[in-house]
Amino acid sequence: MADRMQTMTVSIWREDGDDGRFEKYEVPARENQTVLDVVAYVQQHIDHTLSYRFACRVGMCGSCAMMVNGSPRWTCRTHVSKVVADDRLEVAPLRNLPVIKDLATDMDPFFEKWVAAEAVFHPSKTRHDPMAAITPDDPMRIAASEAIECINCAVCYAACDVVESNPDYFGPAALNRSWSLVNDIRDDGQDVRLAAVGSNGGCHNCHSQQGCVQYCPNELNPTLSIAGLKRETTKALFRRSR
Amino acid sequence: MLDLRLYMLQRLTALIMAPLVIGHIAVMIYAVQGGLTVDEILARTQGSVAWFLFYGSFVVAVSIHGAIGLRVISFEWFGLKGRALQLFSWVVFALLFGLGAKAVYAVTFAGGGL
Repeated sequence: MADRMQTMTVSIWREDGDDGRFEKYEVPARENQTVLDVVAYVQQHIDHTLSYRFACRVGMCGSCAMMVNGSPRWTCRTHVSKVVADDRLEVAPLRNLPVIKDLATDMDPFFEKWVAAEAVFHPSKTRHDPMAAITPDDPMRIAASEAIECINCAVCYAACDVVESNPDYFGPAALNRSWSLVNDIRDDGQDVRLAAVGSNGGCHNCHSQQGCVQYCPNELNPTLSIAGLKRETTKALFRRSR
Repeated sequence: MLDLRLYMLQRLTALIMAPLVIGHIAVMIYAVQGGLTVDEILARTQGSVAWFLFYGSFVVAVSIHGAIGLRVISFEWFGLKGRALQLFSWVVFALLFGLGAKAVYAVTFAGGGL
């Protein structure tokens, strides 16, 4: 007689233009599996209509973030054994974003805020100019380096309580990117960027609760970046009034 | 919600309030420990430009600081927006300023107490 396969129950959020609800599925309880493996198993073997988003499966693309037992996680790098609580595994779409279907969220509001926060590069040179010389020990280069490993997964955006209560707030990822550009000497858009991050949805809304820092899968510190933006916008205010 | 202008106003008023709070507490402890009567206190404060400036600037700073803080809370927790939020902020400011100004007037100007 073959060994009976060990199974576990996973609750997955199902929503398709309706109110949505959790549905339970029995999946193999493997010693080594990620949350994304479990979701993929359900879609491939139990219900083909389950929608979710992933691409690289190695923690580079930032596509597969979901709420796992109430916390935002990159599911491809999150082992079930590390997050399962009382044999309970609950997978839901990312918080603070509209749901398209099941586990797939609409990322448009997230990225629109990157543009609103001027988290876009403003070139100061053309291809005919020599390359800017930036040494690795330059303080601005070091500050930029601390902020550039963002994979745009929106885990911080889902973790942020200010985003939840203030729909206008740009959120940690967009402001973190703005901060990396404030430290880019090649960028020619600092005035417009500081005006954008000092506007209604900008950095001054941050309460420094550091949910973003706690959950960022790449261990970035958006709160520190936002503090940098607060400092620079304040300095710019005094520069202007002189 | 909080732009640079409101953020700076709240921080600057906090900076003003910090030493004034310490001064206010020190004065209260001194007055109680020393056993000063109301008349003795008023004799020192009424007509005093220094005490008027001390508590006057305190009241202005508190009114601005408190109104901005409650503005954020009422927006984030209770969803007040637009004109309602503006109105709420100004009413809080006016209330705090009105009550504070009345007290400052009584302590530094009005003769014979209230």
